[in-house]
Amino acid sequence: MNARSDFTKPRPKGGAPIPSQALNMLMPMHALVSSTGHIKSVGPTLAKLRPGATLVGRRFLEMFEVKRPIHVFTYADLLCQRPGLMRLQFRDADQMALRGVFVPLPERLDHPPVLRNGMDHPAQDMLVNLSLGTNVLEAVQRYNLTSADFAPSDPTVDMLYLMEAKSIALEESKRLNARLEGARIVAEEQAFSDTLTGLQNRRGLEATLERLIGAEAPFALMHLDLDFFKQVNDTYGHGAGDQVLRHVAGILLDEVRAGDLVARIGGDEFVLVFSRCVDLSILEGIAWRIIARLEEPIAYEEHICKISASLGTTLSIYYEQPNAERMLGDADLALYESKNLGRACHTVFRPHNNKPTK
Amino acid sequence: MYGLVHRAVQCFAQDTYGGPLWDKVVETARLGSPEFEAMLSYPDEELDDVLEALSQALGKTQEQVCEDIGAYLVTHARMNSVRRLLRFGGASYFDFVMSLDELHDRVRLALPELDLPRLEVSPHSNERFVILVDADRPHFGSVLLGLMRAMADDYGALAILELRAANRDDANMKLVHVELFDSAFSSGREFDLVSEVAVP
Repeated sequence: MNARSDFTKPRPKGGAPIPSQALNMLMPMHALVSSTGHIKSVGPTLAKLRPGATLVGRRFLEMFEVKRPIHVFTYADLLCQRPGLMRLQFRDADQMALRGVFVPLPERLDHPPVLRNGMDHPAQDMLVNLSLGTNVLEAVQRYNLTSADFAPSDPTVDMLYLMEAKSIALEESKRLNARLEGARIVAEEQAFSDTLTGLQNRRGLEATLERLIGAEAPFALMHLDLDFFKQVNDTYGHGAGDQVLRHVAGILLDEVRAGDLVARIGGDEFVLVFSRCVDLSILEGIAWRIIARLEEPIAYEEHICKISASLGTTLSIYYEQPNAERMLGDADLALYESKNLGRACHTVFRPHNNKPTK
Repeated sequence: MYGLVHRAVQCFAQDTYGGPLWDKVVETARLGSPEFEAMLSYPDEELDDVLEALSQALGKTQEQVCEDIGAYLVTHARMNSVRRLLRFGGASYFDFVMSLDELHDRVRLALPELDLPRLEVSPHSNERFVILVDADRPHFGSVLLGLMRAMADDYGALAILELRAANRDDANMKLVHVELFDSAFSSGREFDLVSEVAVP
């Protein structure tokens, strides 16, 4: 279509087809570029990004470096491109990046052709509409932009609102998570039970011993250490280790009576408390039965785990004034003796000669 | 409903009247825990119980308490984020009032589970507006009244607001009548699109 010969079409008198006041309202961050590549007008918000500077009259490509489309170094390069996305940045100061759209405007009939690269080209203004994109927070703060600087059709203010609202919600969620984590840790510390096995933990054990000693009730304390447990973990991983521990817990609970206590006090360390039972023949029987049951192979996925146990026992009646710490220490000594004797056995602590007997 | 609402009522009680009063409310309302978490969900009935207990403890009607809560949401430092999010609605009090019918959707954008009632703004002139509040729960109209009065101060506008019943059959439906005398009666409080918190 040759606009020169089409007299029915309205011809733009000069500048953009839209009066500048309307342009400023519709696109406060526009730039109108002349056919020679000079800035003819800028929207009020774009002007705010360079306070104290005059953008009008400067060459567009002097003010801005064009990143997209690529290979745009001269105005002629830009005019060869298809209208569409433009990404650019200011060349000076903060080199703020902007994105937008550029559109060559209809040929200006009131202007002689423009000489470019030794050839005549029709005179064409270009309209560029820009926006802050992801730099919005920084730009708004640095240049003191307000909602009046954005067209009502521009979702920037909504975006700022949304960013703020989501950020507050996120902060609040983080705080809740921290509170919950804190509460979980406290609860775990205060609990008497071990999370993996469901057995009592050291706290539970100490509480029970205190109670029994306080009531002056006779009781036996059996300390049990698993043999070859580390190898299970090393060979088959912690999943296998956890399974073995749960299996052990089940056996131990089965071997005690109601009212007795089974506690897990370390990685593979357990303590059994037999309340009101100080009969060594019974206790020995239980100990050896535990060893036998623990020595039965334990299946984990496609593997077979084999462990055993070393045990050491002491009785409250050995002490004039039973003391939890001392008894645990003595049971430990007996346990140590079991290990020395080749593991997979049970030793009873003998108080008078400090040397435990099997 | 989001604990945000329950938490706001708790903070209102504690900040305005102190810890002991809140403890009394917790006891009267038979709450499971004295602390509400903004990001968890609680039954709506608990909110009713709390408002009832609060109104008893203060010797005020629930409407009066809710109006005070509305004002608290805008004026108290702890609630600054609420006040800011409301100010996004418009550059002037007039713009803010006119934007109230978008409030439901704007809040939804940020917190999908927080179900605020829809508001319908009918301008009768440049100075007179009527806002229809169609709520599922009682007293939201009172909260809005307190909130809008406080927002007028925040913007520096001089306005008179009144709460009236909308419908004899539906007590939860209310009308807020606004008469705006002067948009710029005083300077009001400052508002920047980006707060210090967002970009420290």
